[in-house]
Amino acid sequence: MSDKVNLGRRQFLSKTSAAIAGIAIAPGMLLFDFVHARPAGEAASGAVRWGMLIDTTQCESGCNECVTACNKENGLPVAKLPTDVQWIRKVELKQVSTGRQVSLPMMCQHCAEPPCVDVCPTKASFKRADGIVLVDKHRCIGCRYCMMACPYKARSFVHEPVLDHDSDMPRGKGTVESCTLCVNRIDRGELPACVEACAKAGHRAILFGDLNDPNSEIHLRIRSVASSQLRADLGLNPGISFVGL
Amino acid sequence: MNPCNVAWMKQREIRDYRISLRGIQATMLILLLAAVPVWAGSSIAPKLDIGKGGQCVDDPKFMRKNHMKMIVHQRDETMRQGIRGGKFSLAGCVDCHASKKDNSVLGSNEHFCQGCHEFAAVKIDCFECHSSKRKVIAEVSK
Repeated sequence: MSDKVNLGRRQFLSKTSAAIAGIAIAPGMLLFDFVHARPAGEAASGAVRWGMLIDTTQCESGCNECVTACNKENGLPVAKLPTDVQWIRKVELKQVSTGRQVSLPMMCQHCAEPPCVDVCPTKASFKRADGIVLVDKHRCIGCRYCMMACPYKARSFVHEPVLDHDSDMPRGKGTVESCTLCVNRIDRGELPACVEACAKAGHRAILFGDLNDPNSEIHLRIRSVASSQLRADLGLNPGISFVGL
Repeated sequence: MNPCNVAWMKQREIRDYRISLRGIQATMLILLLAAVPVWAGSSIAPKLDIGKGGQCVDDPKFMRKNHMKMIVHQRDETMRQGIRGGKFSLAGCVDCHASKKDNSVLGSNEHFCQGCHEFAAVKIDCFECHSSKRKVIAEVSK
C-alpha cells in the first residue's frame, strides 16, 4: 500500500518537474508570470491592479471549462433558471453582416470606476485596493441596485438558501454576488480557477496578472497586441480586456 | 385634613418603603450566595464537545467573553483590506472546535457553537453563509 503511494508520488514529482522544465525558457526564467502570495498580515496593495486579457481567438466555441471550474471552486450550483447565480458565463457573438463568430467568457469586469460601488447604499459593494470589485455580504441588504447599475449584467442575487457551504467562499441567501477574481486564491498566490482551467484545457485564452507591473506578461501583451475593453465609451476602465473582438 | 398629619403619613410611607427595600436586598443576597456554588459546580452550564480543544488562540476566559469582537474585527480586515493569516478567524474556531464525531460546530446542544449560544440565548448568524464544518472534511465530501 505504502509502496503504491510512494510510486504515485514519485511519478507526480517527475511529471511536474518535467512540466515546469517545459515552461521554463531559461534557468530562472519562466514563460508564465506566476502570481506571488502576499505575506500574512499584509493588506492588499494599491500599487497592484489585477486584471485579465481574454484572447477570443483562443477561446473555443462550446468549451465550458472556465464556467465549470468557477462553479466548483466557489461552490455554486449549476445555473438552470435565468435567475440562478452565474459568476461567469460563455457568450457567443455573431456579426450579422459578415457571419464572423466569436466566443468569450463574460464575468465582472472589475472596473476602475465601478458603478455598482457608486450606487450601493450600504457600502457593501466596494473596490479593494488592488482593483478587485467585491461585495461585503456582511453589509449587503440585497437591494440589488448594483445589479441594475452594472452595464455588464455581471452580478447575481442569491434567491435560494445555500445549504452546502464552501469553506473558502461564504455565500448566503438574500445577498448579491459576482466574480471575485478568486480573491482567496490570488491572496494565496494562485491563479483564478477559470484561468487555470482554460490553460488545462489547452486553450490559454485567459491571461491573468498585474496590469501595473511593467514586467508582467499581461502588461507586455497589452502593450504589443491590439485589445479592447467592453463598452469603453462608458469610461469605467474595466480591468478585463479582450483581444479579437 | 391637617397638613401636619399628611407630612407624618408620608414619612411613615417612606420608612416602610425603605424597610421593604432592605428586605429585597437581603433576599437577593441570599439568592446570589445560593447561586454561586451552583454556577461554580457548573451543573447548569452547557456541556460542550470542545472538538480538538488544546491551546486556544487566547485565554479561554477572554475568548468566552470577547470572541465575537475578535472575529468581527478580523472579518472586516480580511474582507475589505485583504489582510489574511491573522490570529483570529472563524475558520480557525471551527477547525479546533468542530466535534470529532461529525466535524461540525452545529447540530445539538453539545456542539461547541450551538450549545453555548443556545444556553446564552444568542442567535448565531455566522453559519447562514459560512461553513460550520471543518475545512478538510468539507472539501473531501464535496
